[in-house]
Amino acid sequence: MANTLQFDLVSPERRLASVAATEVQIPGADGDMTAMEGHAATITTLRPGVLRVTSAEGVKSYAVTGGFAEINATSVSVLAEKAVPSEEATGTVLDDILAEARELAAAALPEDRDMAEKAVNDILAMKAGLGH
Amino acid sequence: MPSLKDLKNRIGSVKNTRKITKAMQMVAAAKLRRAQDSAEAARPYAERMNAVMGGLAASVGNSEGAPRLLAGTGSDKVHLLVVMTAERGLCGGFNSSIVRLARVRANELLLAGKTVKILTVGKKGREQLRRDLGNHFVGHVDLSEVKRIGYANAQAIAKDILARFDAGEFDVATLFYNRFQSVISQIPTAQQVIPAVFEGGAEASALYDYEPSEEAILADLLPRGVATQVFAALLENGASEQGARMSAMDNATRNAGDMINKLTIQYNRSRQAAITKELIEIISGAEAL
Repeated sequence: MANTLQFDLVSPERRLASVAATEVQIPGADGDMTAMEGHAATITTLRPGVLRVTSAEGVKSYAVTGGFAEINATSVSVLAEKAVPSEEATGTVLDDILAEARELAAAALPEDRDMAEKAVNDILAMKAGLGH
Repeated sequence: MPSLKDLKNRIGSVKNTRKITKAMQMVAAAKLRRAQDSAEAARPYAERMNAVMGGLAASVGNSEGAPRLLAGTGSDKVHLLVVMTAERGLCGGFNSSIVRLARVRANELLLAGKTVKILTVGKKGREQLRRDLGNHFVGHVDLSEVKRIGYANAQAIAKDILARFDAGEFDVATLFYNRFQSVISQIPTAQQVIPAVFEGGAEASALYDYEPSEEAILADLLPRGVATQVFAALLENGASEQGARMSAMDNATRNAGDMINKLTIQYNRSRQAAITKELIEIISGAEAL
């Protein structure tokens, strides 16, 4: 058994997960990264994407829409704006998220438009990644 | 002197009132538990958020390019007071205590020559403030249709506040709400959200790598921080409201009980008086013969 780190996933409304994980794959704003035990202390923002947690119980994934992650040698805390376990992330849930992002992109100021459109594309990629 | 029939009706109506207040107390107790649970569940997120933002703010805060949400606009002429109250009454001094605090603050600011704008959340506060501060209202958020407060509600309020800030409508924003202490004590609180204030957050942030840059993360987090604080305030307020209602209804139930006792004694006295009077009439009639 590999060494583990403490993984916490919290959303504003509740704590979704708190397990000892061997590796956590995080959709960082600048690209995916995988945190394992002994990772350098890092804080990163998230883009909409799939968060994969490997623990003794197997691999569990969550669809997250943004927020940030705090990584250090012994723990990973992900503070997600909205997080849905992948088994609950059905087509309709994702479509709602997508519609919301599209709305934001349409209403965004010119200087924010790129970011908002990137979010829409990230969500589309996430949808494809989850097989919808 | 009310007649026997009046007293009897009165007792009946007080008994009904007692039933209602008792029921309201029990409903509030059940809702209070739920409200406390959700306030509890929201705490880890808010605490982490504050810790990270506090650390970032300490390292970025004093530099030139600090975001306006943190550094402020450079003046404090226009104040936005976000007064968060309940949608319903019958909860003791809950609404009045928030309104009182907000009114005192508004008057202080007005005396100091500042401009005051008021955003009300919840109908009750709006009603109470309308008379003397109605011309300072800039908006209202209606939550009367919301059964269970979610993060989405907080996000909507935060979005409204941030949009006004970006449009340059105000310099300083303060939330007014009741912090839940216990069922019998809720503390009216004023909390400044823009520019952001952190309590004792300056620690150990230099240990982290940031991806993307510190400034970018902070710029991303600050708006979320506002939403988180609004959410926390809404939840505290929700728990406080139920707590206040519970103790208010407990008092009302007890008062109704006392009143029923008093009225019953009065009822019995007048009944006996009537009987005695009738007896005296019969006896004096018999003696006169």
